[in-house]
Amino acid sequence: MKKLKISHNNMAYIYLLPWIIGLLMLQVYPFVKSFYYSLTDYNPLADPKFIGIANYVRLFTKDKEFGKSLAATIEYVLVTVPFKIIMSLVIAMLLNKGRKGIGALRTIYYLPSLFGGSIAVAVLWKVMFMDQGMINAFLNKIGIGTISFFGNPSTALPTLSSLEVWQFGSSMVMFLAALKQVPSSLYEAAEIDGASKVKSFFSITLPQISPIIFFCIIMQTVNALQNFTSAFVITQGGPLKSTYMLGLKLYNDGFLYMKMGYASATSWVIFGLVMIFTLVLFGTSRFWVFYGDED
Amino acid sequence: MTRKKKKQIHEIIMYIILILVGFLMIFPLIWMFFASFKSNEEIYGSISLLPQSFSWEAFVNGWQGIGGNTYTRFFANSALLVLPTTLLTVVSSTLVAYGFARFEFRGKKPAFALLLSTLMLPNAILVIPRYSIFRSLGVLDSYMPFYLLAAFACYPFFTYMLIQFFRGIPRELDESAYIDGCGTFRTLVHILLPILKPAMFSAGLFQFLWTYNDYFNSIIYINSVKKFTVSMALRLTMDSETVVIWKNVMAMSCLAVLPVVVLFFFCQKYFVDGIATTGLKG
Repeated sequence: MKKLKISHNNMAYIYLLPWIIGLLMLQVYPFVKSFYYSLTDYNPLADPKFIGIANYVRLFTKDKEFGKSLAATIEYVLVTVPFKIIMSLVIAMLLNKGRKGIGALRTIYYLPSLFGGSIAVAVLWKVMFMDQGMINAFLNKIGIGTISFFGNPSTALPTLSSLEVWQFGSSMVMFLAALKQVPSSLYEAAEIDGASKVKSFFSITLPQISPIIFFCIIMQTVNALQNFTSAFVITQGGPLKSTYMLGLKLYNDGFLYMKMGYASATSWVIFGLVMIFTLVLFGTSRFWVFYGDED
Repeated sequence: MTRKKKKQIHEIIMYIILILVGFLMIFPLIWMFFASFKSNEEIYGSISLLPQSFSWEAFVNGWQGIGGNTYTRFFANSALLVLPTTLLTVVSSTLVAYGFARFEFRGKKPAFALLLSTLMLPNAILVIPRYSIFRSLGVLDSYMPFYLLAAFACYPFFTYMLIQFFRGIPRELDESAYIDGCGTFRTLVHILLPILKPAMFSAGLFQFLWTYNDYFNSIIYINSVKKFTVSMALRLTMDSETVVIWKNVMAMSCLAVLPVVVLFFFCQKYFVDGIATTGLKG
């Protein structure tokens, strides 16, 4: 009997086999290799030569693009992630009231998020926001005048960010599902105690759905740190490198100029940012993320 | 009475806000559709939404594509890339999720922790070494890199999602199947898969969507135009002409998002269920 049980559980390794191979060959090995490459002058045409931390030194001291890339990336994350989360939360709260016609509205809010990093919507943004585009025609009509969205370093990044924020629907759907799980007895109790709506939002709703908010913030931060498509298609990193995000720099250095060792160093900076953001978020999580009902 | 009235006004204001914001959300897509019928002169400096005339000319001309490769080819390429990738992802993620959810094997805890940490591992850090791996395997400029990543369950998001679904299925079902003499594989196929089907379908939908929309990995692994996907073709069309005829680009953009929109309207329930369950219990 005992023997049977052991062999039963060992069956797991057969089911896990594809994952184990994939993990070792296509995730762990590339991960380690990427760090090694970042310490070399690797390009696809020659064998990599070990050069120590020279790539990193160059990034942080000589590469004038890098500072701008770093600033653009961090700004992009700090603008898009909070905006997306707040939008999703507000709309989810409004849709959660069981109003009529919610289904259609939910569909409309959700739809843009399905286009993700799609080229089609990036092209659309470019056409809408170009100097002679529809948005500027409207701004002229109401007397504001033309704004060169992609020609001005101070407006280019916010315009790209607006494309990202437009796609807040997926976290909204998650929040909607989470809001449905909050036991209504909690609200009833709060009402009996005479708590105001605002009070019960902050002391019941937010704590109850905080694990989902936390999950969304982490996933969106990791994604936003790697943003590539919109910068590549719409602005090519310009003007004056104001939208030259690290994802784009990585692609240009590695696959356009074939400096793959150098680009690997950039990828480790992206990874470093992912780690910093995640650690900070996890560090703060014990103050605001509430894991009440573990199952 | 006044209180009731106040509440009603409150409701109406909420509706107006929701509908206005909803309109802003959908407006770019509507505008994109109508822009397919406008000449450049009409697009430049005009705020009118409707075109002066409707002719499907831009769809016909846009479809011609670039350098003798029409959009027939690009859509076929996208299908060739996306469909096998989606299928392989669903199969491999289901098997792996089954292994995690139903067996108490040695090293399960660290293995699960590894799975979760790969969930947060940015693609950016893996892409250069993966490129050299696929180069030495001689599979660049084909869809093989995507197939391999899918077959070897390198999309931890879906594995994690399916583990969550497995956990929702009572173990008693497995046990009664064992008593009836089923092996683990037959238990999976005959007992669990029928229950898991909607979840697998959700995972498949998301993988379909993400692979179809993907651009970053495509331009890294694929370089000959005749193998380009719709996304890559769109970007190429926009850049290859000195004077871009925007309506052609807009028309093809409409067609490019059409599969996503159609899929969404037919399978809305699976999208919502899939995404909701992933986040919960996270």
